[in-house]
Formats: sequence, structure tokens, C-alpha cells
Amino acid sequence: MTLSISLSVNGESLNVPLEDTRTTLLDLLREHIGLTGTKKGCDRGQCGACTVLLDGKRINACLTLAASVDGTDVTTIEGLAQGDTLHPVQAAFIEHDGFQCGYCTTGQIMSAVGLLSEGDAGADPERIREGMSGNICRCAAYPGITAAVLDAERRQSESEGTSV
Amino acid sequence: MNRFDYIRPGSVAEAVAAASEPGAAYLAGGTNLLDLMKIGVAAPDKVIDITRLPGLDRIDWLEDASVRIGAMVRNAELARNTAFSAAFPAISEALLSGASPQLRNAATVGGNLMQETRCAYFQDPLSRCNRRAPGSGCDALEGHNRSHAVLGWTPSCIATHPSDFCVPLAALGAIVEIEGPDGSREIDLAALHELPGSESAGGIALKHGEMITALRLPAEATSFAGHSRYLKLRERTSFAFALVSAAAMLSMEQGTITEARIALGAVAARPWHATDAETFLKGKKAEAEVFAEAAGIALKEASPSGDNAFKITLATRVLTRALTLAAKGTPDRVPALPASVFMSSEGATANA
Amino acid sequence: MPDTLQTPAGHVRLGSNSGQPMTRRDGIAKVTGTATYAADNRPDRLAHAVFASAGIARGRVVSLNVEAAKSHPEVIEVITPDNRPALHLDPDGKSHPFSWRIEALQDNTVRYAGQPIALVVAETLEAATEGARLLAPEYDTDPARIGFENGEAYDPPAVGIGGNPSFSKGDFDTGFSNSEHRIGASVDTPAQYHNAMEPHAIVAEWSGDHLTIDTPNQAIHLARGAFAGYFGIPPENVTLRSPFIGGGFGSKAILVGPQILAIMAARMVDRPVKLVLRRDQMFGPVQHRGATRQKLRIGTDGNGLIKALEHEATASTSSFDDFIEGAGNASLNMYASPAIVARHSAVRVDTGTPGPMRAPGEASGSAALEIAIDKAAEAVGMDPLEFRLRNYAETDPASGKPFSAKSLRECYELAAQKFGWSDRPLAPGQMRDENGMLVGWGMGSALFPAPMFAAQARATLRRDGTALVETSGADMGQGAWTALAQIAADGVGLPVDRIEFMSGTTDQPDAGVAGGSGHTASAGGALFEAGSNAVQKLADLATADPESPLFGAGNTGVEAREGRLFRADDESRSESYADILERAGLERIDAMGSGGRDPANTEARAMFSHGAVFAEVKIDPDLFQIRVSRLIGAFAAGRIINPHLAKSQLTGGMIWGIGFALHEEGIHDLRSGRPLNADLAGYHVPVNADAPHVEALLVDEDDPYVNALGIKGVGEIGITGSVGAIANAVWHATGKRISSYPIHIDALLS
Ligand SMILES: Cc1cc2nc3c(=O)[nH]c(=O)nc-3n(C[C@H](O)[C@H](O)[C@H](O)COP(=O)(O)OP(=O)(O)OC[C@H]3O[C@@H](n4cnc5c(N)ncnc54)[C@H](O)[C@@H]3O)c2cc1C
Ligand code: SF4
Ligand code: FES
Ligand code: FES
Repeated sequence: MTLSISLSVNGESLNVPLEDTRTTLLDLLREHIGLTGTKKGCDRGQCGACTVLLDGKRINACLTLAASVDGTDVTTIEGLAQGDTLHPVQAAFIEHDGFQCGYCTTGQIMSAVGLLSEGDAGADPERIREGMSGNICRCAAYPGITAAVLDAERRQSESEGTSV
Repeated sequence: MNRFDYIRPGSVAEAVAAASEPGAAYLAGGTNLLDLMKIGVAAPDKVIDITRLPGLDRIDWLEDASVRIGAMVRNAELARNTAFSAAFPAISEALLSGASPQLRNAATVGGNLMQETRCAYFQDPLSRCNRRAPGSGCDALEGHNRSHAVLGWTPSCIATHPSDFCVPLAALGAIVEIEGPDGSREIDLAALHELPGSESAGGIALKHGEMITALRLPAEATSFAGHSRYLKLRERTSFAFALVSAAAMLSMEQGTITEARIALGAVAARPWHATDAETFLKGKKAEAEVFAEAAGIALKEASPSGDNAFKITLATRVLTRALTLAAKGTPDRVPALPASVFMSSEGATANA
Repeated sequence: MPDTLQTPAGHVRLGSNSGQPMTRRDGIAKVTGTATYAADNRPDRLAHAVFASAGIARGRVVSLNVEAAKSHPEVIEVITPDNRPALHLDPDGKSHPFSWRIEALQDNTVRYAGQPIALVVAETLEAATEGARLLAPEYDTDPARIGFENGEAYDPPAVGIGGNPSFSKGDFDTGFSNSEHRIGASVDTPAQYHNAMEPHAIVAEWSGDHLTIDTPNQAIHLARGAFAGYFGIPPENVTLRSPFIGGGFGSKAILVGPQILAIMAARMVDRPVKLVLRRDQMFGPVQHRGATRQKLRIGTDGNGLIKALEHEATASTSSFDDFIEGAGNASLNMYASPAIVARHSAVRVDTGTPGPMRAPGEASGSAALEIAIDKAAEAVGMDPLEFRLRNYAETDPASGKPFSAKSLRECYELAAQKFGWSDRPLAPGQMRDENGMLVGWGMGSALFPAPMFAAQARATLRRDGTALVETSGADMGQGAWTALAQIAADGVGLPVDRIEFMSGTTDQPDAGVAGGSGHTASAGGALFEAGSNAVQKLADLATADPESPLFGAGNTGVEAREGRLFRADDESRSESYADILERAGLERIDAMGSGGRDPANTEARAMFSHGAVFAEVKIDPDLFQIRVSRLIGAFAAGRIINPHLAKSQLTGGMIWGIGFALHEEGIHDLRSGRPLNADLAGYHVPVNADAPHVEALLVDEDDPYVNALGIKGVGEIGITGSVGAIANAVWHATGKRISSYPIHIDALLS
């Protein structure tokens, strides 16, 4: 069965022919569109390496059929920085050493962006840890990840505070 | 994964028609179906994407004060819905203790009810499994079965239902609305998951092509909001299935229990609604010995299906604790670690 | 380990770059998703390969439905033992101590569940995956042998890689029977799987007789030679690129069968081929930590002095190759005792062959030793820290040699103080938190050897005032790119932002193995020496040039700093590198360097990193779910090049210790031999919520003997000490000594 889907990826509208209905959003991004920043760690929703935002919400791209994202808006790690300016979460990950090998990192960052927009965790480190627990880091950069998300949260709420 | 056709119907009727064909399966969030397809346990040749069916993504408060939740409402959305979590705090807590934030954003209400057991032998197509391949046997029976059922099992199948969400739902008497090739019907959630019999392995009580369209909670279910807890014991602080869990909901008047709703999770092939214990609690004082006795009643029929007698002890204690917590009152906000024994964030410091 | 460089005791003065807490050089690439891991490569005409995994643990494949696979749309080729091309080397041979017997479809034998038994190549990943499933193998099955009871026992000739399987000093029997207090401890550890987040992956492409491979690798030049050997081509014909490694932990140091299969396939279909292991395939052909069964006995006198220490370990290995977790040897270098015995035996089971996994031997051994030590302290009625101090080894207990440096006492003190250890009640079960949780405090000592590997590097000073430094090192998250660039910058006397650091491919000089926590020391030594040598050449030019302000200074009379050479006796006379090169009409000047250690020091000293870890656990008093609420460690590991990254390595190791203590366990069905939890939902590793407070403190240590730079490793030591500390904290909370890891709820409930 051949389908054609249109979706927006990082703000760019794409029309993608889909020769194989089995293709997941993760493989679509990595193997077809060439956006390899999103990683595959388990392919079964168990690690979070493939986290992207689908219509603004964090999901596991490995358990999402490409066919089903027709008409949606996908944000991947490649769409986060504005030119050379890193997204505050990205910058915080560097500053707080929120990664080691870097393999889980893009998923962690997308998950953190999702977490911050959900707004449930606030500046509570325990809620951040819980909210980031869908992203496994085998290097166990967790202390840095938690610190980075806290810091990004603080910066975000400060800048929101000033804009009020 | 085998090749399949992908179909996105425009209406429930179309969906039911498409799904009634042999080899068709509904696709909701996909977090269970796709997973099973990847490991070769499910192999539909038609996948019917129902996530965009109109009207199934709503939470409606009905005139009789009951609430109707569309089958396509996402787990996270339901848990965060302010009115819903105020009325059913234990359900929100259960939802938020399940899977991961990413999975909860994708998983739907209907899909969560329909999810398959996590029995390792069920997930391994090379193992004998009555539930997956009726009549083939059950490799769990003499195998690694530490986390298997202690209630309602037979040698045909000793698997448990893994859902957290379903546990408080079962206790509160949720009703499942179904559309199918033969029209609409509704059943109690308790009847959705069939226990194994002497021959059959049990499973989901839907006919091929039937679709869950909504879930209803009766009006009286909101009367427990002040004393509602879900407690989930697991072997990792987060992102783990329950070893055992319990939902406890009480309505109380001056320290006396007027009504109780109790269910256990991960102990049987269905969320285990402990009606005898509920009856026992009615009119009793909310105190430790009473809770322990109630828990004993709930587990009265329990027996190990293998190397898992400890789960009976644990389930008794988890239920006792859940009742104790419920009696103390629902916290203002879902704890930082939902449904965890470590729900207080005090003592854990930031590592910044 | 080969030692290459002769340097006197007392190490070199490093410049201003080393010691700085710089953020990672590869940070931007990693947070923006532009860092390229092997599976991210997509050369033109790429084909995808997936191997079929054996569904039995022992026997023979008797049929494969090749027809069904081949007729699946988009499938290009199916490779089985019947049509696989010949290899130049026997996959069952062992060409050097660092090679494992591998499965490359040599025949139809099945030696473990998950073994590759065929390979399907297709236009798409989806088709290759389904093609592999359609092969529907049929088997002639022999009973699986899984577990210590069912495997075949034997005496291993070596443990780890070339390690001694037995050790004895003094008279254990007499010492033990004369001891006032005698304790025994039995501790089992299960099979554990590396599970780096990046599954093993390879993209292989042939061009005539030249092979280009993208694959994560911890020992690039060694691998190049091995790959070349299997395919009968000269090593220079192999280009291997491994710029980023998504975690290795030992599993990516050694060549594995699936890599050979992909290269074979690329040749057969004459196209580039990508093979990425599925997560379940990470539980078979890519090594694991073998299970151990350990027994310890300790005898002490009435004052708590250890008189006899015995550590016996049985470890599991595969039916066809040997890698024995050298757990017993963890007792050789930690605590002083007049009599020490360590002994290993092995059991062959039907699993893949184990291999080095983060702190191989040390982690499992320490996990048991620290429990036994705690029991001994309890028997004497002594505080566990005091007991460890009482038995502090001033010289290496096994060899009697002095330590090159040992600052364990300082580690104990610093971490204990930060933790608040002095408030600890001696007896178990005394503490509760405000929510009624049982609280327990435990500790463990950490130890890890400081190996070095042969390593080479090149430094090139360029006329534009920058330098290019090159070594084939691997950054799998240790921060090698950052720390090595810092060292290299000091070697060439330039600020680190003027260094171009090239690493991660066979185009660079051999950096040796990124393993054994010895990479920074080995490759760093080579880089520093290459830099110094290049600067030396430059100094030779300048001091011999009458037009240079440095003329006549003599080589020893100049110092390199910030891209300039200064006369040592007159700071006002200096010249920039650029000017020296320009006048000499040179674009660049380069030099090689090698890393290593003075063999005389190796002979004379025992060399280890040390540490102390303190754990607080909270345990539900009825339900027994456990959480490590605080884990605080202090470590002394020679000179720390980058404290920021070193702490991350250490906390990463400590959290690995949480997983070892509470989560990790590979479970096999005893009948089929198939793994039952070959995924990340069933095989638990810690998640963020499992590590609420993990803290690593650094103790300054000057080690003049370990190598010229005074560097020891921090990558693995964090696990040691941590596991035992957690188990001891569990005892302190509950009064229950555990006898197997991971610590399950039911073990505490009973
Ligand atoms: C790693 C991991 C961890 C998890 N941990 C937990 C946990 O801790 N607790 C927990 O409760 N759950 C857990 N889950 C399970 C998760 O909650 C379910 O996968 C999810 O709820 C399924 O919902 P879905 O919408 O994605 O269903 P799908 O995957 O789309 O569907 C599941 C099944 O239901 C059928 N179906 C879907 N919708 C309907 C409908 N409306 N009518 C009829 N049939 C339908 C499908 O055909 C399919 O058979 C976990 C899952 C994963 C992958
Ligand atoms: S317990 Fe049930 S699901 Fe598991 S193998 Fe037996 S029959 Fe299958
Ligand atoms: S790759 Fe999607 S969750 Fe692991
Ligand atoms: S940084 Fe290596 S897995 Fe997270």
C-alpha cells in the first residue's frame, strides 16, 4: 500500500510518499527525511531516545506510525535552536553536563522541552526527576539532566515574569 | 512486522465496518499494538486508525452528574483535566503512575483498557501460550512466574492485567460503551477482562470488530473524592509496571466509613474489584486493624500460581496501606512521585 | 599492558588548560543532534541488513525458509551458512587475547539463544526485519544449560583478560581458625547486560579492496587490524570511523559477529550495508557480565584486625569461549591481611560469551567484599568506617609493594563528613524518616587499577598560531575529546580554543584502547609528549636562529606558553610560534609522541584509584520498596584534568552501582535458554527518579609514579564501593543481609 502524507517538520511543510505503511515516524525522520538527530534506543517505547514533539506534545516516535502523523506538526531536535542560538534547554544541558555519550541527549532535551510546556513540574526537582523518567540515560547523567531542566525552568519562568 | 493496509475511517460506522473484516485491528495511540506487531505477537493485515474519529476525544459531564470520557482521550490529558482529577483523584494518580510521560501523551483511554498482559511468555512467539495461541499450553506455569497472578488464575493462564488506570476504574464501577457490527452495547468494566477458565485463557470480552467508544463513571463515583488513593509497588522508582497495586476510595462520616471502593492491580487477569472487602468496611471505623482485616478479606481466595506467594503478602499490605492513606484524605495535589510509597518529596534534595 | 615511554618519577608540569572545568567540546554537536553516530550514516544506495536470531540455546538449525524471505518485497539477499562467503580467518579462532570467538554463520550450530543464524539484506529496514522473521527456522534442539547448577564446571586458566585465577598469601586456614571473630558471606550476582543506549551498529562499504566502516569502537586501530584479518586485506585498506560512541562500557572494545556479517553482506550485494542491532539483540552476541557466585570468609582478632581473608568466585561463561569475571581478585588490594586467598572457578552455560563490562571483576567482587567487610565489622561490634580504617592497607596487600599514591584515608574523611556518617547508630533498624520510612546508612570502599595502554599521537604547530593534534581516541562519553584537548593544549603551549583536535578514525595515530579507565592517561600522555616534541623542534629552530630573540638560549632555557616561547632566564625575550615558523619559511612543524609508563615504576609500585562511598537508603517498613535517597562518594584518582567531566563519570558509575544493587538482572528461561527480559522494560536500569541525590567529591592527589601526567582513571571506579554501600545500607535499615543482587522486595519481605 502506497500513501502520501503531508506534515510539517520543524516548521517546514513536507509531502512524503510512504511506500511502506510499516514505517514509523522515527524511521521516517531518520531514514527518509534524513533527520538523524532523533535516536533509536529500543524501538519499543521503553527508553525515550526517540522523543519528538507531535503537535507540541512529547511522544515516542518509535511507537507512532508515519501514516498516522499525516497533517500534524512535528518538532525534532533539529528544529530547536534558532540559527546559532541554542534553545535554553540545550544551553543548560551543556552547562550542567547533562550528558556523556550524547546518545540519549536529543531525546532528553525534547522531553525536557515537553515537560516545561506541560508546566506541571515547576521548580520541584522531584517532579522534574519523575517527569524525566521516561528517558533512560545509561551513562546516568541524571544529576546533570535534573540540574539543567531546573535551570531552564528558572530561566523560562524569569523571562515569562519579565514579559508580564 | 508483516505488511498491512492503513485505513483512516471518517466515522465510527465506517471504522466498525472496516474492522469487522478478518485480520483487521484498531489502532489508537499505538503504544501497545505497534509494540506487539514489532515482536511478532500481533499481525493485523489491516490497521484501522481511529484516533481522529470525531467526538471520541471529549470529556463530557452529563446531566445526572456522571461523566463520559471518549475512548480517544489521551491518558495524560485525562489525568490533567482539572475537573476530572478533582472528582476522581485516584484515577489521575493511577494514570500518572503508569508508563512514561511520552507514552501517556499517546496512549488513549480505550487502548489502555485493551492493552495486553506483559507476561514474558506471551510476548515471546516461540513460547507456548494459551492466551496468544489457544490450546498451546502455558510456559509461565513452570517458568519464571514471580510476578504472575495470585487471584482468579487457572492453569490455563496465570497472567495479570498490567493497567494502572483500570484499577480505580474497576473499583468505581466504570461502564464501557461499545459500538460493533451488531450495534451498540455497554458492559461493566469488570466484565471487559475475562478470567481464565478450565479450558480458556481468558482475555478481552469484545467481539471482533467491536470498538470501545467511551467510558462512563456513575455520578455516585464522585462521592469518594475526599478519600481516594492509588498505591503502586514497583521495582524501580518510576517507569515500571506494578508488582502489585491498590486503589482505595472511601466516603467517611466522622471517622466511620460509609462506603468503600477497592480494587487491586497486577494480581489477576483483570483489575480485581474486592467487593467483599467493601461490604465489610461499610459502617466500620477507619482504623488500622479494620483495614488489615479488609485487606485479608480481599485476598482471602488468593493462592500462588508459582514462585509468587510473596505477592499475596504484599498485596494485603499494599491494600492496607492504600486504605490508610485514603482515610487520611486525598492530598491537594497528585504527589511528585504519583502512587509511590516515596510520594513525599521531602528529604530528597536537588543535586544542582 | 605494554609500557612504552620511559620517564623519570615525578610528573610534568601541565599548563593552564588542564584542571579547568571546561564544558564538553562536543557539547553543541550533541545537544543539536548533529553528532553523527554510526547508524546516522546514510550513504547512497544503502541497503539494510537484519539478522535472524536463534530461538533455541543449543542445537542445530535444520531449516530456514529462505524462499519466503526472498519473496518478500524489497528483500535483496539472504545469507546463511550455505551461501556465505569464506572468511580469511576462522571465526572460532582467537588471533590475540583481545579477540572473542564470534558467530559469522560458520555452520548451522546454535550455541546460545539470540545467536545470528542468517542475515537478510533489503532495500528497507522494514523489509529486512520481516524477511528475517519469515525465515522461520526449524531446529534440532539439545537441552539448554542455564544457571550454575546446570552448566559444566571447570577451572579457568585465567580470569578477565590474562588475570590470575588464584592467589594465595600467608596461611589462611590457621589465620582463620585462630581468629576471634569469623564470618562468612555468600553473594550471587546475575548476568548483566551493557545496554549502551546506542545499540551496536555498523555501516560498511567496499570500494574494490578497500573497506570503509562506520561503527562505534573503543579501540580503533586494534579493530582495524582485526577486520582486515577476517577479510584478508591489509590493515591500511580499512578506514574505520567512530567519532561518536553512544556508550560502550566495554561492549564496543571487541569485534562482534554482526559487524562481520554486515561487511560480508556489503561485499555480496556490492552496496553499502547498514546493520543496527535491535534492543533484544543486545542480549546475545555483544557480551555481558557473567553471573557470579561468591563466597567470602573473614577472620579478625578481638580488636577488629583482619587475620585472614578468603574470596572464592565462580563465574559463568559461554560453552565455547572464556571470559571469567575475576570477582575474587577484588579482595587482593583493598584491605590489609596477613593471609589472603582468592580463587576462581567457572561454569559453562548456553549464553553468549561474557566480556568486560564497566569495572569487570572489580564491580562484582567489590559488591560481595564490601558486604563481607561490613559483616566482619558487625561481628566485632565496630563502626564500619572505623573497621575499614583499622584495616587500612598502607602497602598493597597482595604484593607488599608501596602504592604509587593512595589517598583513601582522605576520601573516607571527606565523604563521611559530607554525609554526616558520625551520627550513625551502630545497630540496624534504628532510623526512620518523617514519613516513617526505614532509613539505613552503609558504606563501601572503592578501588580500581590504573592500567595504561600503548598510545600514539601527533601534534602539528601551524603558522596561523593554531595547532592540530591527532590521536585515534574514542569519546564514548568520558569526555575524552575535551580532556585530551586540554592536555594537548598544554603540550603545545596553546590555549585550548586554538587547538584543532582530531580523533575517532583510523586516519589518526593509534590511541590504543579506550577501556580500563586508562584512555585519558594513555592517549593524554601521547598527546602531551607529541606537543612537547613539536615545541622542542620549534625551540631548536629559534634558539639556533641568530635573528630570533631566543637565539642562544639553549633548549632547556625556553618555556612555551600561550603560543610563544619565552627565555627562561629573561621573560622579556620571547617570540611567537607563528613568527618562528614564518622566518623559517615553514607552514607547520609536527612531531609524534607516545604514552606509557616507566616499566621500573610498574615493577616497583601498586597503582590504583581509590574512593569511599556512603549510601542512605529509604525502605518502606511493610512494603520494602527501596530508594537510594543519598549516595555520596569521594575519590582520589591522581590528577584530574577536568573536574566537571570527572564528576559526571563518577556519578555515572555510582548510579550504575544503584542499578547493580537494585535493578539489573538478565533472566533466562531455564528450559528454553531464551532471555525473558531482553528489553528495557524488563531489564531495568535506573531512571532519573532513582537517583535523587548522587554526589561525587574529588580528593586532590599527586601521583608521581603512575605516568608522566600523574593521571589515573575515573570511568569505572564509581561502581565499586557503591553497590556494597547500598547493600550495607539496606542491612542497616532492616537488619537483613542480602545474599544476592539485585535486592528484590521479596528478599526483604521474608
Ligand atoms: C514501555 C511501556 C511501559 C508501560 N507502562 C505502563 C504502566 O506502568 N502502567 C500501565 O497501565 N500501562 C503501561 N503501559 C501500557 C500503556 O498504557 C498502553 O500501551 C496504552 O495505554 C495503550 O493505549 P493505546 O491508545 O496506545 O493503544 P493501542 O496500542 O493503539 O491499542 C491497544 C489495543 O487496543 C485495541 N484498541 C485500541 N483502542 C480501541 C478501542 N477504542 N476499541 C477497541 N479496541 C481498541 C487495539 O486494537 C490494540 O489491540 C506501558 C507501555 C509501554 C510501551
Ligand atoms: S500466563 Fe497466560 S499469557 Fe502467560 S504464557 Fe501462560 S497463557 Fe500465556
Ligand atoms: S526508541 Fe523510542 S522509546 Fe526507545
Ligand atoms: S548520555 Fe549516554 S545514554 Fe545518556
